[in-house]
Amino acid sequence: MNLDSKLPSGPIEQAWDRTRFELKLVNPANKRKHSIIVVGSGLAGASAAATLGELGYRVECFCFQDSPRRAHSIAAQGGINAAKNYQNDGDSVYRLFYDTVKGGDFRAREANVYRLAQISVNIIDQCVAQGVPFAREYGGALTNRSFGGAQVSRTFYARGQTGQQLLLGAYQALERQVCAGTVTMRPRCEMLDLIVIDGRARGIVVRNLVTGAVTTHFADAVILGTGGYGNVYYLSTNAKGSNATAIWRAHKRGALFANPCYTQIHPTCIPVSGDYQSKLTLMSESLRNDGRIWVPLAKGDKRSPDLIPEAERDYYLERRYPSFGNLVPRDVASRNAKSVCDEGRGVGDSGLGVYLDFSNAIQRLGEGTIRERYGNLFDMYQRITDENPYKVPMRIYPAIHYTMGGLWVDYHLQSTIPGLFVVGEANFSDHGANRLGASALMQGLSDGYFIAPYTVGHYLASNKFDQVSGENPQARSAVEEVKQTTAKLLSIRGKRTVDSFHRELGKLVWEYCGMSRTAEGLELAAERIRALREEFWSDVTVPGSGDDLNQSLEKAGRVADFFELAELMCLDARQRNESCGGHFREEFQTPEGEAQRDDERFSYVAAWAYGGPGHSPELHREPLEFHYVHPSQRSYK
Amino acid sequence: MRLTLKIWRQKGAADKGGFVRYPVDRVDGEMSMLECLDVLNESLIEKGEEPIAFEHDCREGICGSCGFMIGGVAHGPMPATTVCQLTMRHFKDGQELVIEPWRAAAFPVIKDLIVDRRAFDRIIASGGYISVSTGNAPDGNAHPVGKEMADRAMDAAACIGCGACVAACPNASAALFTGAKIAHLNLLPQGKPEKDRRALRMVGQMNAEGFGNCTNIGECTAVCPKEIPLEVIAIMNRDYLRASVVRREELVAAIAPVSGWDVGGKS
Ligand SMILES: Cc1cc2nc3c(=O)[nH]c(=O)nc-3n(C[C@H](O)[C@H](O)[C@H](O)COP(=O)(O)OP(=O)(O)OC[C@H]3O[C@@H](n4cnc5c(N)ncnc54)[C@H](O)[C@@H]3O)c2cc1C
Ligand code: FES
Repeated sequence: MNLDSKLPSGPIEQAWDRTRFELKLVNPANKRKHSIIVVGSGLAGASAAATLGELGYRVECFCFQDSPRRAHSIAAQGGINAAKNYQNDGDSVYRLFYDTVKGGDFRAREANVYRLAQISVNIIDQCVAQGVPFAREYGGALTNRSFGGAQVSRTFYARGQTGQQLLLGAYQALERQVCAGTVTMRPRCEMLDLIVIDGRARGIVVRNLVTGAVTTHFADAVILGTGGYGNVYYLSTNAKGSNATAIWRAHKRGALFANPCYTQIHPTCIPVSGDYQSKLTLMSESLRNDGRIWVPLAKGDKRSPDLIPEAERDYYLERRYPSFGNLVPRDVASRNAKSVCDEGRGVGDSGLGVYLDFSNAIQRLGEGTIRERYGNLFDMYQRITDENPYKVPMRIYPAIHYTMGGLWVDYHLQSTIPGLFVVGEANFSDHGANRLGASALMQGLSDGYFIAPYTVGHYLASNKFDQVSGENPQARSAVEEVKQTTAKLLSIRGKRTVDSFHRELGKLVWEYCGMSRTAEGLELAAERIRALREEFWSDVTVPGSGDDLNQSLEKAGRVADFFELAELMCLDARQRNESCGGHFREEFQTPEGEAQRDDERFSYVAAWAYGGPGHSPELHREPLEFHYVHPSQRSYK
Repeated sequence: MRLTLKIWRQKGAADKGGFVRYPVDRVDGEMSMLECLDVLNESLIEKGEEPIAFEHDCREGICGSCGFMIGGVAHGPMPATTVCQLTMRHFKDGQELVIEPWRAAAFPVIKDLIVDRRAFDRIIASGGYISVSTGNAPDGNAHPVGKEMADRAMDAAACIGCGACVAACPNASAALFTGAKIAHLNLLPQGKPEKDRRALRMVGQMNAEGFGNCTNIGECTAVCPKEIPLEVIAIMNRDYLRASVVRREELVAAIAPVSGWDVGGKS
């Protein structure tokens, strides 16, 4: 397969402008004649659906929650980046571009990232106009903070609830279009298959989660904004419902899946407390600005932290990375936490935790200042752990947080299936092998507000669309398959619950395809995942019926897909014989224990084609070229 | 610790429903209320029974999916805490907890603890936005917004739309929810041009959805997990009153409810 990334040629600064000029336009009078399906109403989906509605297309938008306002995007805390340079500290589009390419460990496309940095400024304007209450200075100007170790203050935020406020802005824009009659919103509906007719995406199969009814929906183009797949690990910071089903089923219909092994582990989450644990709670990264991370110097030191004298503490990040200290990027901070715990120096009952200590900062700045900066986070920590972080250091441990991999898309955000566009975390595009803080919100909104509306229009203007209906043989067979899978899941009536399988799968993936990976471990994991999947299909139990609201059935379908995706993740991680960003292969590290890239052999996007049941997937490579930012070894020493 | 959970079970909208008692052993103080239900559900599924349906997603107190009454209190006994963040250490060994869904005419029960809150979305669709299409925005710093005003708007905007306010109100009024959105947008300079229209339309829609009237009891703010202040209701009333004087002709139009939402379960 020839992967045509449609990357523009010529100077990168004008590339997006030029592309926009070359894109075909749909005559305003004809827009109403085109229909578009948008699956997902998180930041990416809601912003796309609202904007396409404003332009005059007929949009049908789906989500599995009871309302678009509940999408996982709501939980983002820290903020959103934009190259506004409002703080006059030397930021620019070029600098944001540079930081993002470097932060992604040189595994993203330069042209995409440059466009993202350019659009970042429009996003802030749009959100302010919608009434998003970003933090302000007394004089009324927007304020910023520095985030995730960036050297400039370019992060815009709304207290600790930036994702919530941005999503509500997009949701309100969407509801405005619902009221205007351009968008029909279908909540509590789960997409279970993609309908491809004559090689083009023309519709979806949906299960109504209240009535169980399986229906088909058709349009001239389909956009997926269905989020990431972090829940393959069972325990993650993602919302419980986040899943890979939409993108996985599209993959099985022919869309290539890119870089599945690139997953991000966030260093500051509340550690696991017991087997009943259902999810992990993120403590914002901003805490690392003032907190100091340490573990006892001696193995198995179980004294309470206040009894451990200064000389017997190891501030390991400050020791190993004197210039960045506690502010090293997420992948580096996470790996170091794991290695001190593996040495037996972890804290807490489980030994899987490190201290994040604010006592110095409180001494220096006073409790009042710390309360002002992090009050709501400290409250949340105390609510969950019953410990007072003003007095006792927090305990934190890394957790899965974000997935950089996703469906392969070209510069137009179109997948390898014509007419299927993918936006937000669901695509693989802009973050390479590691995402910088506050850049997922930026990417989701950039895709949805400012890119897909043009590129989808171009696709519509360039093609003719025959009438299609549920009578079409492809549509009928897709519906039939969905019904069969549902019936099969309900009929097994085995002994184990869906969650028990999901937990076991999650442990395997975390162990072997998590923070650090080896060839041997990955091969073993793939084998064990296959065996567990077989057990799932013969021993799972799903009570109830398919004709009403059945949460076990919903979960079962999602976990079935996670099994297949997990295997592909291991395969992808196995073939990438290098370490880059979040993908750390123990065999490939520098003498100091840092990730060792191999640009000569691995400077490519790995895009996998589904092979069919029982067949291996096929790897396609899209080479990456760097003309502006020259690949170098990341160093935070 | 051991608890007894007395939980409302209802197969569907048409079913009458009733309470069922479930003993739960091995409740850990560190668990959240929802994790406690997970543990119970796992044991029900293993016995081949249908688990208790409840809504949840983020489990971080921000998406507004979760929510039910515990012992007659929306989201249970802890202030500013949703049930997904409510840890079991607040209960005592041997206690019986009565768990039931939000009760309000405008929130029909779908199954067990899950209710239909789409009325909230329709209230937003009727006017809970600033009409600015993508691409129309001036520079973010073009209109200064003083910090105090931005903070007040943020206090109101923090609403998670969970519906606890309606469930706690003896009149099942949605005034806190609707007032929060009106206050958030009407306080900001960007929201000023549509201030009257917004108040008229949103209040009209709220009434059309069958929520009760606000009689200033204040139960709503007491249970609100985000502690939305009663002030927002005062702002709503003020803006509505003002608007109904200046924009009389729109009053009639405002009462026509929003359509365009899939009727989901009812179709
Ligand atoms: C705790 C946390 C904090 C974060 N903080 C930040 C931050 O500070 N800054 C930052 O930039 N990023 C942050 N991120 C990352 C960021 O929030 C996400 O990457 C981003 O919000 C994803 O948006 P999305 O629109 O792509 O997907 P989502 O918000 O996940 O939306 C997915 C949508 O798809 C729908 N859907 C999924 N599958 C189906 C299906 N089969 N059928 C129908 N509908 C379906 C869902 O209903 C939902 O509407 C954070 C993430 C987490 C977990
Ligand atoms: S599950 Fe999201 S608020 Fe409780």
